[in-house]
Amino acid sequence: MTTTRAEYCVIACADAWRGNGEVLASPMGVIPSIGARLARRTFSPDLLLTDGEAMIVGPDDSAEGWLPYRRHLTMVTGGRRHVMMGASQLDRFGNQNISCIGAWQQPARQLLGVRGAPVNTLNNPVSYWVPKHSKRVFVEKVDMICGVGYDSAAAAGPSATRYHRIPRVVSDLGVFDFETADRAMRLASVHPGVTVAEVREATGFPLALPDEVPCTREPTPTELRLIRTVLDPEGRREREVPAA
Amino acid sequence: MTDKTMTPEDVVSRLRSGMTLGIGGWGSRRKPMALVRALLRSDITDLTVISYGGPDVGLLAAAGRIRTLVAAFATLDSIPLEPHFRAARQRGAFELREIDEAMFMWGLHAAANRLPFLPVRSGLGSDVMRVNPGLKTVTSPYEDGETFVAVPALRMDAALVHLNRADRLGNGQYLGPDPYFDDLFCEAADSAYVSCERLVDDFATAAPQTLLVARHAVTGVVEAPNGAHFTSCVPDYGRDEPFQKLYATTPWAKFAERFLSGDEKAYWSAVEAWHEEQQ
Repeated sequence: MTTTRAEYCVIACADAWRGNGEVLASPMGVIPSIGARLARRTFSPDLLLTDGEAMIVGPDDSAEGWLPYRRHLTMVTGGRRHVMMGASQLDRFGNQNISCIGAWQQPARQLLGVRGAPVNTLNNPVSYWVPKHSKRVFVEKVDMICGVGYDSAAAAGPSATRYHRIPRVVSDLGVFDFETADRAMRLASVHPGVTVAEVREATGFPLALPDEVPCTREPTPTELRLIRTVLDPEGRREREVPAA
Repeated sequence: MTDKTMTPEDVVSRLRSGMTLGIGGWGSRRKPMALVRALLRSDITDLTVISYGGPDVGLLAAAGRIRTLVAAFATLDSIPLEPHFRAARQRGAFELREIDEAMFMWGLHAAANRLPFLPVRSGLGSDVMRVNPGLKTVTSPYEDGETFVAVPALRMDAALVHLNRADRLGNGQYLGPDPYFDDLFCEAADSAYVSCERLVDDFATAAPQTLLVARHAVTGVVEAPNGAHFTSCVPDYGRDEPFQKLYATTPWAKFAERFLSGDEKAYWSAVEAWHEEQQ
């Protein structure tokens, strides 16, 4: 059986936590959750994971610590955390919106609210996961800056930039980073089966491109086995990102 | 010692239109819903509501009781978007003071500690600053010289929280995994009302760290079994997911007519009748 698009997404998400050490991996969404648990079981064994509620759990889901919301917020500001959030809108400098669409005063569509995005982005590494890459999500300018992008952090000064970092964005089409001189979003890899033209077509701003865009790496046989038989035997990943 | 037990109606009789009201719990978890329903039966309106928002916010917004909402989000957890909150926002039904989850927490801490503000590394660079033009920054007086957001204290006239157990003096115990911020809500308010699943005589055998709320911060205690319904109150009960789905998918007027037009007993008869129809 060949690797599916959803499985490349899991691998790309898991790799976000590579080399992070003893920090809390906070995944939001199905595929980032599988990715974080895959990283914990393979190349990043020191990661901390939660049960989605108030407990820190080991790989077998047994409790190893207590993390209610108030302590979770301390983990955020203490910096020992790398969250992968969702994004209703995301722009070329990594500003993220989950609050509302349209004018904030009376929005066309009210969404969640800013939640923890402002505190997350100023205090611990924040990556993003977008299961359906489109111009509606990847926009020139977000309607409400919840997660702070590189340009906004720079404009806000040293207190904002001190711990600000957006390691990567993963979508169903590829992986993106901000490793450019002006900190604009760059296409770091495309998932196998996706073309660079396809990504550019689905993105609402000009993407920085390396000279050659590599493919997202292949999972190892062990990783594939873990994903399919241990971490997601019900195939929830395939519902979040259906086969192309 | 003072017996602080009262009914939900007693609590509401102490509230007034125009008050600033804090509501404990988080999202669709351990919300003081029996007290919120009692509030809906009154004509109290024009409220400033401070909440980690769930259906408490949705219900009060839909009923037109909120003038200003202070929140970082409103969600039903298993249903990510709170439909009645959304609808009210989209028709411009109330003013929103949208702050971050951490700013909210430090605003509670500031109020509980009688401080005008606390500094946070949060909000800078985000549109939280744009949509809250009253938010100010503060510069560290030490060598670092850093600039932070000065989150104003979230002082409230009254707080409503729901806990698993309480005694008649106002000591409250949580038995679930997360205290949320209910103790801070009580300490940040001029008066605080605790509803509980069950009144107990004492906490002689309780694990001390479960005794979240202390009586000096509590004005009134209400025994309200299933008082968080349809939100969760673990380990006593989980969220009533089918009923929450009904709440989220039923037009407001229809929901209110069937479930909120009578007293708490009528609410429960209607909920039970609805569940029986689903068999």
